[in-house]
Amino acid sequence: MDWFPLYNSIRIAAVSTVLVFFLGVFAAQAIARAPRLVKGVLDVVLTLPLVLPPTVVGWLLLLVLGPRRPLGGWFLETFGLRLAMTWQSGVFAAVAVSFPLMYRTARGAFESFDQTLAQAGRTLGLSNFYIFWRVQMPVCRQGILAGTVLAFARALGEYGATSMLAGYTPGRTATVSTTVYQLWRTGQDALAFRWVLVNLGISAAVLLAVNLLERKEGRSWP
Amino acid sequence: MALTARIQKRYGDFLLDVDFTAEDGAALALLGASGCGKSATLKCVAGIDRPDRGRIALDGRVLFDSAAGVNLPPQQRRVGFLFQSYALFPHMTVERNVAVCLGRMDKRRRRERTAELLALLHLEDQADLYPRQLSGGQQQRAALARILAAKPGVLLLDEPFSALDGFLKWQLEQELREVLERFPGPAVWVSHDRGEVYRNCSRVCVLEDGKSAPAASMAELMANPGTVAAARLSGCKNFAPVRPGPAPGLVEVPAWGLVLRAPWREGAAAVGLRADRIRPEEAGAVNAFPCQILRVTEDVSSVFAALRPEAASPGAPPLWMELAKDAWAALPDRERLWAAVRPEDLMLLK
Repeated sequence: MDWFPLYNSIRIAAVSTVLVFFLGVFAAQAIARAPRLVKGVLDVVLTLPLVLPPTVVGWLLLLVLGPRRPLGGWFLETFGLRLAMTWQSGVFAAVAVSFPLMYRTARGAFESFDQTLAQAGRTLGLSNFYIFWRVQMPVCRQGILAGTVLAFARALGEYGATSMLAGYTPGRTATVSTTVYQLWRTGQDALAFRWVLVNLGISAAVLLAVNLLERKEGRSWP
Repeated sequence: MALTARIQKRYGDFLLDVDFTAEDGAALALLGASGCGKSATLKCVAGIDRPDRGRIALDGRVLFDSAAGVNLPPQQRRVGFLFQSYALFPHMTVERNVAVCLGRMDKRRRRERTAELLALLHLEDQADLYPRQLSGGQQQRAALARILAAKPGVLLLDEPFSALDGFLKWQLEQELREVLERFPGPAVWVSHDRGEVYRNCSRVCVLEDGKSAPAASMAELMANPGTVAAARLSGCKNFAPVRPGPAPGLVEVPAWGLVLRAPWREGAAAVGLRADRIRPEEAGAVNAFPCQILRVTEDVSSVFAALRPEAASPGAPPLWMELAKDAWAALPDRERLWAAVRPEDLMLLK
């Protein structure tokens, strides 16, 4: 059994989760305090990838990142890098579909964050950077953690946008989910079933990790 | 050292317009009913809110000046703000809450200084606890230790005891006063409780509907509050419209049907009579009038009697008289009496 799809899936999910963590947290912080109208509009735009069919997201991404499209073409010419049909394309797809999960859970956590803590920190001379990373983030850590796990899980299982943007090239862009589809399509049911088991194993491990993490946190901060 | 603030800020229909100076020594009180703009004033001073217009200076250092375009961020104002909720960081121990506010210093110095502050506020045994494990009083002391760590030039106390009552409040008040007495700069104490202000502040500035009155000593406020709102905040219970009497040296209170001897004051619209300044009197004494006793409310150490002057017009509010319990017990008649108020105890108000 070739383990490349597992390696590739985890690689894509890990990189995209790191990106989505920062993008989601910054978007949430900026929008949680924006005026109502701006908030309403941006909220719709940023949440759209969550409700759009992943194939539509993939199609839209190809529209920008494809080799003959503005951004994709420019990258290809300038750096000789292809933005579509590589494993990195899988990262773009995963970022696009998992971003709303991170953004929305982080925004919810930030909105319920007690602003007097930030105000107190400012009057005490603490920098806004310190207050954000060392006060607000730890206080909101449960929401942030939930968002991160959701984003990771979503990225790991991503199929629709990935299959359009990264395609299925064994040993290069194949992920667990595209492999399962490919194996089923070509009638290799036994192998497909083994990948399904791998998938179940990973999902169970992620959920277990979250539970353990939460229990440990519960002890350290009464 | 002094904090001077002269600021205006509009919140929808509400206009905040305050002007006060707090000097070293005992605290300046901002006394007002809830929603009168006390907390908003503190937020403007601390830099959490931005006033529309005005100037705020601390020891000659300009914190905010709309004309000069100065608006220092809260971090540079050195204003210690004691929040009603204390705003301790819940994920840090008491020790860490204090230590992170010390600014730049080496590790050893930081440890020493933290220990000093915790000792000053009697929190040595709570150093390793989290805020949620502390009592209300300990939380307040931890918040004060943290504020002192940041070396503020002025202390702002936002209703420090609003969430407490009884013995605990009394105890905390003594502790807070100890801190204030050692603090070298000015302090502003926001409150709606005249007793708290009387016990702890030397001067008081009354806030009414966002507008501040000139600061006065507590004794001045009690003797001559000036406005109905200030008189109410100072504890006065009886108010009625007033007009000049039929002859000089007399004032008339139509609602209670009274003509009383007292000097008229230009612009007066209402009279305030403190319940404890209305006394039982002999018939025919100066400013004495016959009354019916409508009902009686017993308080902890005194008795409040609702009086109805016999000449009062229908629908007039009752006139509350406060008597010590033994004086009440000594009254010969519990249904009717002659009450009087000395001319100097009539407060003519705008």
